[in-house]
Amino acid sequence: MLDTNTFIASTRQKFGPSILNVEVKSETRATLSIEPKVLLNISNFLYSYLNFRFIIASAMHTRRGFEIYYHFSNDPAGLVLNLHVVLPEDKPEIESLANTFDGANWIEREMHELFGITFLNHPEPEPLLSEGNWALGVYPYRKDGKELKKE
Amino acid sequence: MSNTKIIPVGPYHPLQEEPELFKLYCEGEIVKDIKWETGYNHRGIEKLAESKTFDQVFFLVERICGICSTSHPFAFANAMEEIAGVDIPNRAKYIRSIIGELERIHSHLLWVGLAGHFLGYNTVFMWAWKYREPILDLFEMITGNRNSYAMFKVGGVRRDIPMALIPEVRKAMDGFKPKLDLLIGAVMDDPVIHARTKGVGVLTHQDIIQFAAVGPTARASGVDIDVRRDDPYAAYDMVDWKVIVTGEGDVFAKAYVRLLEMVESVSIIEQCLDGLEKEPEGDTEVKVKNIPEGMGTGRAEAPRGEVFHFVVTDGGYGPVRHKIRAPSYVNIATFKKSCIGQTISDATISLAAVDPCYCCTERMAVAVDQRTGNMLYSGEDLLKLSHMKTEEIRKKQ
Repeated sequence: MLDTNTFIASTRQKFGPSILNVEVKSETRATLSIEPKVLLNISNFLYSYLNFRFIIASAMHTRRGFEIYYHFSNDPAGLVLNLHVVLPEDKPEIESLANTFDGANWIEREMHELFGITFLNHPEPEPLLSEGNWALGVYPYRKDGKELKKE
Repeated sequence: MSNTKIIPVGPYHPLQEEPELFKLYCEGEIVKDIKWETGYNHRGIEKLAESKTFDQVFFLVERICGICSTSHPFAFANAMEEIAGVDIPNRAKYIRSIIGELERIHSHLLWVGLAGHFLGYNTVFMWAWKYREPILDLFEMITGNRNSYAMFKVGGVRRDIPMALIPEVRKAMDGFKPKLDLLIGAVMDDPVIHARTKGVGVLTHQDIIQFAAVGPTARASGVDIDVRRDDPYAAYDMVDWKVIVTGEGDVFAKAYVRLLEMVESVSIIEQCLDGLEKEPEGDTEVKVKNIPEGMGTGRAEAPRGEVFHFVVTDGGYGPVRHKIRAPSYVNIATFKKSCIGQTISDATISLAAVDPCYCCTERMAVAVDQRTGNMLYSGEDLLKLSHMKTEEIRKKQ
């Protein structure tokens, strides 16, 4: 059975310069901050070669822009590995993972509706929750300036 | 595709306990494609959580789902304790596991009953729900509630299971075991159930990986995952139990997994009661005063699969971001594989086989106009809209 450090070492070896920061919190929790452009490749690598399972992605609106944590799980090791990307506030765009695994299909559509993040090449870019009933261009989970200042 | 007919199931349908719309695209009896519409149950829980204190969030997430109402507080507590870096007393661990496993039993019994009902086999429904009742009574005895037990807090549990109550719980478990055996025998040996569920709604190993499905849905297709074992929490690494896995992937396999899991749950509860007797009464929590800045991921194995909570804190009184992933969110998407090619009558049980839970899946959102701060639709507006729609329909007739 592989452990957390081996996983991180092999990911680093392959994608070294694109990994901006590594934070290992415990034996079963780690976060890799990566450049948005390599997300698809790293996810593919984790999914296809290291047998990671996609759990979900969490988006956040912060002062840095839009942050997304992609949560992956390696069940034999009990490890949760987060891939962390920061997208600029004025142009939040990132490549879709839904072509690699269907598990990412819904959450990307949800993040688009709630945060207004665009997922490029999404196979099914229709509204998931609102069925087109919501006002266009209004994203309920975005924060306004006041809320962001508080943080 | 000119012969394709759309059979709508829902959004409100006598067979379903929650609103959802499935559109079955059928040619003759065969389902060729399926589309679904969700979003009838938005409550804005993730956003609401950001406006609550940590203690209040427990009550909020408990109300995400009425059936597995302990799994969300369980995962949230795990996430919070990861951020705070606390280890809870053994007694609290045992109590948490007992509540979790009792919940698994009552939820699986509910599913077995509903599955029987979906097949038009109401005897199973009556039996399973009859046996579920003593479990709910047990919950009332331990926690004070038949549902939404309010047992969890950061650092432990709110109520102890007093030593005097342990024999009562044991008695209830002893009473339940023969009934469970009877139910397992009845379902496993029944030729009608075999005929209706074997080879129906098959999900392969690859489908499960592709859709990231979890829980009994995954374990019935030979994917050996269970958070209780893989990423142990509460008392699951202190007791002896096994993960039930089978490979067929059909509805029968899912029923098999759930039924045998109940046997394991009973065994876990009994071992936890043994453990409880060795721990001093009243040692149920560690006081946690401050939650530091940080982020935590909490996982718990709900009856339907892995519940995932991601919490970000800033050192204040409540979460800054709280992402919740309920198991049905990933399991429901497998319908795309399990229903296509089946007959319409088999589609219902294929849909029911993953034990979908919509109130878990849809947790969003009140839309607020950012410029004015007004809600785009208030309650009154919705009422008005509904009246207008009714008038329109009346005029057409």
